[in-house]
Amino acid sequence: MADTNRAVEKLQGTFAASLVEVKEDRGDWIVTVAKEAIIPVLAFLKNECAFTMLTDVTAVDYLGKPGDRFVMVYQLTSVLHKDRIRIKAPVSEADCRIESATQVFASANWLEREVYDLFGISFDKHPDLRRILMTPDWVGYPLRKDYPLQGPDREPYKGRLS
Amino acid sequence: MANTEIMTVNMGPQHPSTHGVLQLVVELDGETIVKVDPVIGYLHRGVEKLSEYRTYHQTLPLTDRMDYLAPMSNNLGYILTVEKLLGIEVPERARVIRVIMAEMARLQSHLVWLATHALDIGAMTVFIYAFREREVVMETYELISGARMTSNFFRAGGLSQDVPPEFEKKVRGFVASLPGYIDTYEGLLTNNPIWRKRIVGNGVISAEDATDIGITGPALRGSGVDFDLRRDIPYSGYERYTFAVPTGKNCDSFDRYQVRLIEMRESCKIIEQALNELQPGPVLADAPQVCYPPKESVYNSIEGLIHHFKIASEGYPVPEGEVFLSIENPKGELGYYIVSDGGHKPYRMRVRPPSFVNLQAIEKMSKGAMISDLVAVIGTLDVVLGEIDR
Repeated sequence: MADTNRAVEKLQGTFAASLVEVKEDRGDWIVTVAKEAIIPVLAFLKNECAFTMLTDVTAVDYLGKPGDRFVMVYQLTSVLHKDRIRIKAPVSEADCRIESATQVFASANWLEREVYDLFGISFDKHPDLRRILMTPDWVGYPLRKDYPLQGPDREPYKGRLS
Repeated sequence: MANTEIMTVNMGPQHPSTHGVLQLVVELDGETIVKVDPVIGYLHRGVEKLSEYRTYHQTLPLTDRMDYLAPMSNNLGYILTVEKLLGIEVPERARVIRVIMAEMARLQSHLVWLATHALDIGAMTVFIYAFREREVVMETYELISGARMTSNFFRAGGLSQDVPPEFEKKVRGFVASLPGYIDTYEGLLTNNPIWRKRIVGNGVISAEDATDIGITGPALRGSGVDFDLRRDIPYSGYERYTFAVPTGKNCDSFDRYQVRLIEMRESCKIIEQALNELQPGPVLADAPQVCYPPKESVYNSIEGLIHHFKIASEGYPVPEGEVFLSIENPKGELGYYIVSDGGHKPYRMRVRPPSFVNLQAIEKMSKGAMISDLVAVIGTLDVVLGEIDR
């Protein structure tokens, strides 16, 4: 954990203008950055702080909550220091795009395709941005909060007993 | 005159050696692979979406249906994440039983991997042997949870019930005999010239590439990266057990085969250590707002019945926050990222499936190889489609 602290301090030193929030939640370090700075931050963490593995890329839809609708979430792991850090970047609904992390980590390829498929967030400079879990002709983005659980144009499930 | 154009061949989705419903669009130059494009999603059930409409307790059964070859391990990752959000402590006995069952799941998963990998390449005997041993794990599952695959045995705060008295004897007998069986498998395979010809030098991926693509688990260690979450970022009391973390040198399918076999032997050692420290005691935390009451109280008192009904119908609120926790699943790093808004249902649950990320490497590992080697590459990656598609 001590090493993540150092990475967080380094980030604060280098990207002071782009950091939105730094906090610790139940032992996890979470750094929120402006989405324009996401690629420099990820590259900095990879090259300067030994976070060589991008474990996960996902998004959260905060529909109806204050702030931007989507938040991109990147989990980074340092194989060397056995440590983790979480980077978040808000993405607004009006400008629903962010630069692709594939320039820094190859693992982002499919993970970003999944976010594109299920949330409809577009990734600039992604080499192969296609749907991955849903069929290519699918309409809508299933993991958005305004997408009904049963799918569009279907009667909602009312439970077995009602 | 020879025809030199590139041919596109569809492999799957109904293909016996793709381990589920995986479709591969393969571009071939003669028999040499030029490009592989995996098409996934045939088993997509929307686990992440479904979980947003279910209480934390109702989400648990969805998790063991993802990697159905190691259900208890999947449950463990989910339950640990929920417990971290709740901030509750688990009784000692429950924690030890969880470790035993997670390692049994690893043995089960590796046995199926060995069986199917060998079968794909043409060694049928091992398939029969490994499934015989796997049956013991399934029986253990049935003994403690009543189900062979969809175990659903762990609970936030501990276990659904204590294990029966014959559990210890059964598991001890299994881990005592398994190393001998592994010797048999090695006798059949390791120096078998056909086996070696098929997997030595197959599916090579360097340590740098493997880390960059995000490969985890035995496939990463086969490429020589010494990283095991059980030892490096321990959870559920793994720091108390001593075990070796095997790594490979040549980054090929043969090294990954050896890494997994050694891992099975190490798992037996962990289970033995855990059994030795298994003491009688409670298996559920004293947290009435989260844990179900004992069945005697439900059947014999109105308070117990109300308590049970309240948790079953409404669930329990989980404090606001977000947690990412990952465990060393048999196939790699299984991560759960849960965002709670303080309600009774997850606001967002993300599953980071190891097989999904590992499968990305298939293109790099099979480029330039023969089409028959592709089957060995799928086998050595050890993917399970239930987890990839979720």
